[in-house]
Amino acid sequence: MRRSIAALAAVVCLGAAPAPTGVALNALMSQTPAPTLAAYRLFTDEGGRHPNAQVTPYALNTPLFSDYAEKSRLLYLPPGTHAAYRDKGTLDLPIGATLIKTFAYPADFRRPDEKIRALETRLLIHRRTGWVALTYVWNDQQTEAHLKRAGARIDVSFVDARGKARQVDYRVPNANQCKQCHSLSGQIAPIGVKARNLNGAFPYPEGSENQLAHWTRAGLLVGAPRPDKAPRTAVWNDVADPLEARGRAYLDGNCGHCHNPRGMASNTGLYLDLDENRPVKIGVGKRPVAAGKGSGDLETDLVPGHPDTSIIVYRMASTDPGVLMPELGRSVVHEEGLALVRDYISKMQQP
Amino acid sequence: MKMLLIAASAASALLAGQAQSKVLTVMPGGDVQEKLQSALLDAKPGDTVSIAAGRYELTDGLSLDVAGVTVKGAGPAATILSFKGQKSSGEGVLITSNKVTVRDLGVEDTKGDGIKSKGVDQITFKNLRIEWTGGPKQTNGAYGVYPVSSTNVLIDHVTVNGASDAGIYVGQSKNIVVQNSTAEFNVAGIEIENSMNADVHDNLATHNAGGILIFDLPNLPQMGGHSTRVFHNKVVQNDTKNFAKKGAIVGDVPTGTGIMVMANRDIHVFENEIDQNQTAAVMVVAYTQKYDDLTYNPLPRDIAVHDNKIGRNGWAPQFPGGDVIAQAMGGSLPSIVWDGVTNFTPKGMTAPVAVHLHFTDGPVANLHFAAPGNIFSAKPEVKPTLDDGPIPEPKPIVLPKLQTRQ
Repeated sequence: MRRSIAALAAVVCLGAAPAPTGVALNALMSQTPAPTLAAYRLFTDEGGRHPNAQVTPYALNTPLFSDYAEKSRLLYLPPGTHAAYRDKGTLDLPIGATLIKTFAYPADFRRPDEKIRALETRLLIHRRTGWVALTYVWNDQQTEAHLKRAGARIDVSFVDARGKARQVDYRVPNANQCKQCHSLSGQIAPIGVKARNLNGAFPYPEGSENQLAHWTRAGLLVGAPRPDKAPRTAVWNDVADPLEARGRAYLDGNCGHCHNPRGMASNTGLYLDLDENRPVKIGVGKRPVAAGKGSGDLETDLVPGHPDTSIIVYRMASTDPGVLMPELGRSVVHEEGLALVRDYISKMQQP
Repeated sequence: MKMLLIAASAASALLAGQAQSKVLTVMPGGDVQEKLQSALLDAKPGDTVSIAAGRYELTDGLSLDVAGVTVKGAGPAATILSFKGQKSSGEGVLITSNKVTVRDLGVEDTKGDGIKSKGVDQITFKNLRIEWTGGPKQTNGAYGVYPVSSTNVLIDHVTVNGASDAGIYVGQSKNIVVQNSTAEFNVAGIEIENSMNADVHDNLATHNAGGILIFDLPNLPQMGGHSTRVFHNKVVQNDTKNFAKKGAIVGDVPTGTGIMVMANRDIHVFENEIDQNQTAAVMVVAYTQKYDDLTYNPLPRDIAVHDNKIGRNGWAPQFPGGDVIAQAMGGSLPSIVWDGVTNFTPKGMTAPVAVHLHFTDGPVANLHFAAPGNIFSAKPEVKPTLDDGPIPEPKPIVLPKLQTRQ
């Protein structure tokens, strides 16, 4: 009898207990990835548009170009944890921290908030054994995203900001390709969450605020100086920033994750991250090594004053898979980025 | 007893480990991109990804990042990975994990490089065919097999055809064997660059612009290439017009070069057959381009060339001014051509480093260039040999057992 009362109580409790609502940290930490994105409860809606509690949106001053996809970024930190400030490299993120990035296209970039089609949501999860990269591809109904490890291709059509109809043969990376970019000395690592690239304003619901200040105030970040005392990556398309800083910021965001001494392109000796300042290492007077036809009959990576004879520009302007840079994540030319780098090189002084 | 128990459990663990290793078989048909890449992701250390005979049309690069995996086809003509429709990735197959063997398959028409390994210890390329099926073209990918920043590299029975840079290219690596392989119709047949300790032997390099190149370049993470033995190779009839784009260093290799040594030290070239190369049988030269790197030595030094079987070469040298120099030497270049540059003083030293040469094959042309590449300063001089005395030969390369017992 007592037992049946207990059982009844359990049933009542189950019935009364609200469905779990927080982010499913145990799912994130599980060695077996969940087959669907919903299992992590990172969002409160099935379409993945509304982040759950403890999931904070953020933006980068200068991001990687990804075939014109709009990227929304979120950071999840487990309860009671925080990121620690570092002025170089990425922030020191706790175990369980998860970076969430959704790639989407509005039907018409002149109305960017309407008819948005999400393609994939990528996760970088900080497990005890290191960072793990997973990607989930959204279904056509935009109700479910499924784990995709081997990569995929998706046809995308949109109208660009100038009103021109465009098509992109969008590539979802395979798990190894995630690591090709997200690699430091052969280990998976985040790229974007550097203090300097976060040091800018974000339009929070309660008003615009500097992200480092907001995260500090919200207890998400400790050890950060005042934003004006922290390093800051220029905003590539904000002419308020100096041209040289914007050019370097663009190359850092689009090339520097591989082209650094610990990245996938370490063997090239061409280092385009913002920590590098030796002229020959950023390409000035540097001849190509293993570029093959990627040299485009040109002799030097970067010729100050001469974008047309700089291999960097040639490879940014190409869509041939054997020539184009970056190798992954781009199939169309980023016209605006290319224009910036051309401008930056054309006004660059000989060192 | 305790010892015995430990030994027994260790043995069973070993057995268990072997029992667990499995074969993941991929067959043609369906979404081969997804099937192949999934197998490469699912493989565990010790596993074999077996690719059945057939043609696999791929749109994107494949990659492997699991240590201890063998990727095996049914033969270089039977299992064909075709990248004719490739839309992304800088290479066909990318390996980033240690102790990997790729064998018995063909890779065709990659947009960039064929098979690349980056930062791998114990990488084996065996019985492979890498080919650009349209013949030598400037639009072909750069390298056929491309180990870089790797250690313990074995390239065995590999054929590369049509690379717009080097067919077999080993860059910034250590402990290397390239053997029993064929490179034809590439710009460079076999190239060992910025690497230490290599044996290049029993290969055939033919119909390339240049047969075998041993180079060292500035401004790279690994420099100071040394200790390579080039022996028992057949370097014949390298006669494909250099089709590299400018900028690439191999674009400067004259069509019809047999073996070329640039910068580097302790390079021994012996017992090769070198014939029918119109520029020269063996060229030993300094790096000629401008560079900004105080740690770099542009001169070849401690170079031995002996006991090669050298046929007819050098009758129409394909570098600027080559015809004039050839005329001055009686119509053709001697077997061995050395630019004669010795006046380089490395940083921190007060006098040039001695350049020891042991060229007992002859005749030898010393061009007496005043500076690297300065053809206008040439004062060609021909001698039967050029011998500063014997130079100790680098020790034979020994690879880990895992690689040699296959």
